[in-house]
Amino acid sequence: MTMRVSIKRKGNQAQGGAPARVLFENLSFELADGEVCAIVGPSGVGKSSLLQIVAGLDRDFEGVITDLPQPVGYLFQSPRLLPWRTARQNLELVLPEQPGTAGEWLAQVGLAGAEDVYPQRLSLGMARRVALARALAVQPKLLLLDEPFSSLDEETSRDMQNLVATHVKKLRPTTLFVTHHWHEAAALAQRVITLDGSPARIVDDQPIRQAKAAE
Amino acid sequence: MRAADVAGREMWQGIASVLLFLCLWQVGSGWAESRLFPGPLTVFQSLMQEALHGPLIDHLGITLIRVSISFIIAMAIGSVLGIALGRLPWLDRWLSPWLVILLNVPALVVIILTYVWLGLVEMALLVAVAVNKVPNVAVTLREGARALERDYAEVAQIYRFGPWRTLREVIIPQLAPYLLAAARNGLALIWKIVLVVELLGRSDGVGFQLQSYFQLFDVPRVMAYAAAFVLCVLVIEVVLFAPLERWAGRWRR
Repeated sequence: MTMRVSIKRKGNQAQGGAPARVLFENLSFELADGEVCAIVGPSGVGKSSLLQIVAGLDRDFEGVITDLPQPVGYLFQSPRLLPWRTARQNLELVLPEQPGTAGEWLAQVGLAGAEDVYPQRLSLGMARRVALARALAVQPKLLLLDEPFSSLDEETSRDMQNLVATHVKKLRPTTLFVTHHWHEAAALAQRVITLDGSPARIVDDQPIRQAKAAE
Repeated sequence: MRAADVAGREMWQGIASVLLFLCLWQVGSGWAESRLFPGPLTVFQSLMQEALHGPLIDHLGITLIRVSISFIIAMAIGSVLGIALGRLPWLDRWLSPWLVILLNVPALVVIILTYVWLGLVEMALLVAVAVNKVPNVAVTLREGARALERDYAEVAQIYRFGPWRTLREVIIPQLAPYLLAAARNGLALIWKIVLVVELLGRSDGVGFQLQSYFQLFDVPRVMAYAAAFVLCVLVIEVVLFAPLERWAGRWRR
C-alpha cells in the first residue's frame, strides 16, 4: 500500500522570539511500501517538523496522511532514551511481549555488554545506537530517522550508516530520513526529496540511480 | 576518594557535631543548676522512665498513626491537585489564588476553625492537617508537572506505551524528586501541626502530653517527649527517605 502525505497548510505559532510563519503549504508526496526516501534541505526549512507530522506527533495542521504503515520506529535527533532505565530496559519497554530479545537487539547494534548501563553513562554514538535498536526492535513498517548521523565523529557516523543500511535491507520498512548531507542521502536512499523556501515546498524529487548501481 | 569513604566521613562529622552539642548542653545545664534547664542525662533518664514505666510509647504510637494517616491523605490529594494544576493552565488560573491564600493562613486559625465547625473529633484533626499541608504538596508537584519533558511523552506515544505504562515509566520517574521533596517537607510540617492539633483538642498523643507536662512545669519530661519524636524522625529519614532518594537517583551520573 502506498502512504500518502498531503499537507494543505501548516502554520507555526510565534515562539521564543521567532515570528509566526506558514511552514508548509500544499505539500504532498507518496511513499511506496519499502521505499527509502531522504529529505534534504537547509536548516529550519521544516524537515523535522515534517517527520513529526508524519509520525502523528503533531496534529495541528490542515491535510491528511493516509495508509500510514504501522508500527512506527522513530529515531529522534537526540536519542531520547529514558534516563532512569538501563539500555536493556529501554528496549524491553517497547517489547512488552518479547522482553528477552532486548539483549539480542543490543548485540546487533554492537552494544553487547552495555545492557545494564544507564543512558547518561553512554556516549552520544552509543546512545544513538540504543535508540536505533529501539526503533528497529518494534519491527517497524515505517521507519523515521531524524538526522541519525549528525554530531557523530566520522568513524561512528560510518558505522551507524552501515547499521542502518543493513537493517533497512533486512526489515524492508518504508523509510523516511532527514539529513543535511547529500552523501548520506545518496548512500542510503532510493529517492531524495529536497525542500526549500518559506513556506517550504518540494523543489526536487528524484530517484537516486547511483545508490542502486552501488548495491 | 570512593563515594563510600566520603559518605562515611560526612556521617562522622554529623555524629561528632551532635556529640559536641550534647557535651555543651550538659556543661551548660550544670552551670545553670536550674530544674527548668535539665541536662541531657536528666532528659534521657526521664525518657527511659516514660518509655518503660510511663505512657510514652502509647502516646507516641497514637501520634505516629495520626501523622501517617494525615501524611498519606495530604500527599495523595496534594499530588493529584498539583499535577492537575501543572498540566491544566485553566485550572491553575482558577485555583492559584486559593493556594496562595491557604499557604498563608496561619495553621492555628485553621485548627481552631475545624475544631469549632467539626467538633473535637479525630476527623477535625485530619481535616486541619490536610488543609494546612495540601497546598504545600500541590505547589511542589505543580512545578514538577510543569517540568515534565514533552520529548519522553512523544517516545511513549510513538511506541504505544498506553496510559498506565506512560504514568509508571515516564511521568512518575520525572516527578520522583518533587514527590520526595514534598514528602520530606510534608512530614516535617505534619509532625508540627499534629502536635498543635493534639495540644488544642485531643486527650491523647504527644501534643496532649506536652501540654500536661508544661502545666506541671516538668521540663525534663517535655524534653523527653521532644527527644522521642526527634528520634522517630531520624529513623524515618535513615530507614525510608535516604534509601528512597538514593534509589530514585541511581541513574544519575
